[in-house]
Amino acid sequence: MTPVTAPMTGIVYQLPAAVGSSVAEGDSVAILESMKMHVPVPAPKAGRIKEIRVQEGEFVEEGAILAFIE
Amino acid sequence: MGQTERLRAEVERIAAGGPPQYHEKLRQQGKMFVRERLAKLLDPGSFVEDGMLARCEDPDLPADAVVTGIGRINGRTVCIMASDATVKAGSWGARTVEKIVRIQEQALKFNIPILYLVDSAGGRITEQVEMFPGRRHAGRIFYNQVKMSGRVPQVCVLFGPSPAGAAYLPALSDVVIMVDGNASAYLGSPRMAEMVIGEKVDHETMGGARMHCSVSGLGDFLAASEDEAIELMKRYLSYMPDNWKGLPPAAPPREPKGPAPLSAVVPPDQNTPFNMYRFIEGLVDADSFFEIKKEYAPELITGFARLGGQVIGIVANQPAVKGGVLFVDSADKGARFIWLCNAYNIPLLFLADVPGFMIGSRVERQGIIRHGAKMICAVSEATVPKISVIVRKAYGAGLYAMAGPAFEPDACIALPTAQIAIMGPEAAVNAVYYNKIQELPEDERPSFVAAKRAEYAADIDIFRLASELIVDAVVDADSLRAELIRRFAAAAGKAVTFTERRCPVYPV
Repeated sequence: MTPVTAPMTGIVYQLPAAVGSSVAEGDSVAILESMKMHVPVPAPKAGRIKEIRVQEGEFVEEGAILAFIE
Repeated sequence: MGQTERLRAEVERIAAGGPPQYHEKLRQQGKMFVRERLAKLLDPGSFVEDGMLARCEDPDLPADAVVTGIGRINGRTVCIMASDATVKAGSWGARTVEKIVRIQEQALKFNIPILYLVDSAGGRITEQVEMFPGRRHAGRIFYNQVKMSGRVPQVCVLFGPSPAGAAYLPALSDVVIMVDGNASAYLGSPRMAEMVIGEKVDHETMGGARMHCSVSGLGDFLAASEDEAIELMKRYLSYMPDNWKGLPPAAPPREPKGPAPLSAVVPPDQNTPFNMYRFIEGLVDADSFFEIKKEYAPELITGFARLGGQVIGIVANQPAVKGGVLFVDSADKGARFIWLCNAYNIPLLFLADVPGFMIGSRVERQGIIRHGAKMICAVSEATVPKISVIVRKAYGAGLYAMAGPAFEPDACIALPTAQIAIMGPEAAVNAVYYNKIQELPEDERPSFVAAKRAEYAADIDIFRLASELIVDAVVDADSLRAELIRRFAAAAGKAVTFTERRCPVYPV
């Protein structure tokens, strides 16, 4: 299982990939809002979303685990 | 045996390096023998070697584990220091250090670049009194590097380790190329770390090429193989003058191969990410972009390119990564690249799309203020031709770090999509009207905020800023290349001294 982590501190703005869906490497697993910018969080590798650990609107620190890919 | 035959035999013996088992070890590690590396790097027949006979009376120490001399790369003369890992693991002994110090002195005297090809176990402890503490011992290598910095290019390639004190050699070079899997640098080896501080860690995690190129920032280029490292060294030099008074070599101009029209690359909405690499590809000569520190702090892009054949250094925010926000590491990367370009007469092009420096308690604890100040310091000091292009937004101190109008750019150009402000409309309206918004009934708040944002946007409209002469020109993206070529050509004769003093007190 590969964790998907927040590249920077901010708010979870959108979670475009649902649990169980397949993602290609580089697909957005989450979009953060930080510094008034939308910051896509790309999948580090291709796979299936095993778990999503956060909700839209939640504050996350840089490095926080947002989801797992298997 | 006559003296001539003796010489021939000695040269043959020394050129073969250390014992066969260490040559075999090199092969297993995917490494070349030092003289093979030099043969690949240098123009055939161009090398002249100094001190080959150093310690020739000791059969175990051919050349005292280092090859030094002068050769040519694509016709240009360079000084070379190259470790021989087959002799005492390339460690530094009594004459190794003297040979390195001398080739550095040659580079300074001849005003030519120096290349350090490192694959060394570090100082030879058994010879420490002859190589560590004295006037012309290892410390002098680093002293010389500092003295040479900004006078002649210093390129370091780590083909293998460069541990402990020797780790300052890459750190004090202009750039460091590291071969993935073989290169390493650390002050204390994993073995020593376990003994002295109790940490259990492997070589790669502690000080491998990938770590240094993506995390610590000591490495500038991650090479997949020794051949690639040699090619990177040659390519880097193709953008460099011989010394600080020379001009970087020009090449025949080429049209960009990137996306056209360039204006379609930049989304009008300020908050939507786009890929700045595409903008760069569409702007510069085809295949001329040569990125430095690609794996490190990728929210800021730094690298050389050619514009109409002339070398420039590009500092560009990357909105596709972390929103293009400047962090501690990106400020550090930017400052160092600006110093590098300014040192070697490389004109600077800033491509700004920056929401500002990152805020929050995490980065404050990391010293975001002083690291940002360092980048602002470098931008201020740079006296080479410099042009600032506001591609989309330049908010807050982001404008300053990207060579905004107060930092003496030769021109500050805005694209029609540009927005220059202390902060974006959303944050600004909230900051100014926070109390007022709180007093309003909740259903009236959105229309109030929308009206104030529109007012704010009109206040910072780029035509208004052009009318106030904040920017020197507003140029559409598709005309930008031609405009920049003309402006850099006009600034080519720029000769400016920033100010006189012993040295600034750098924020670092």
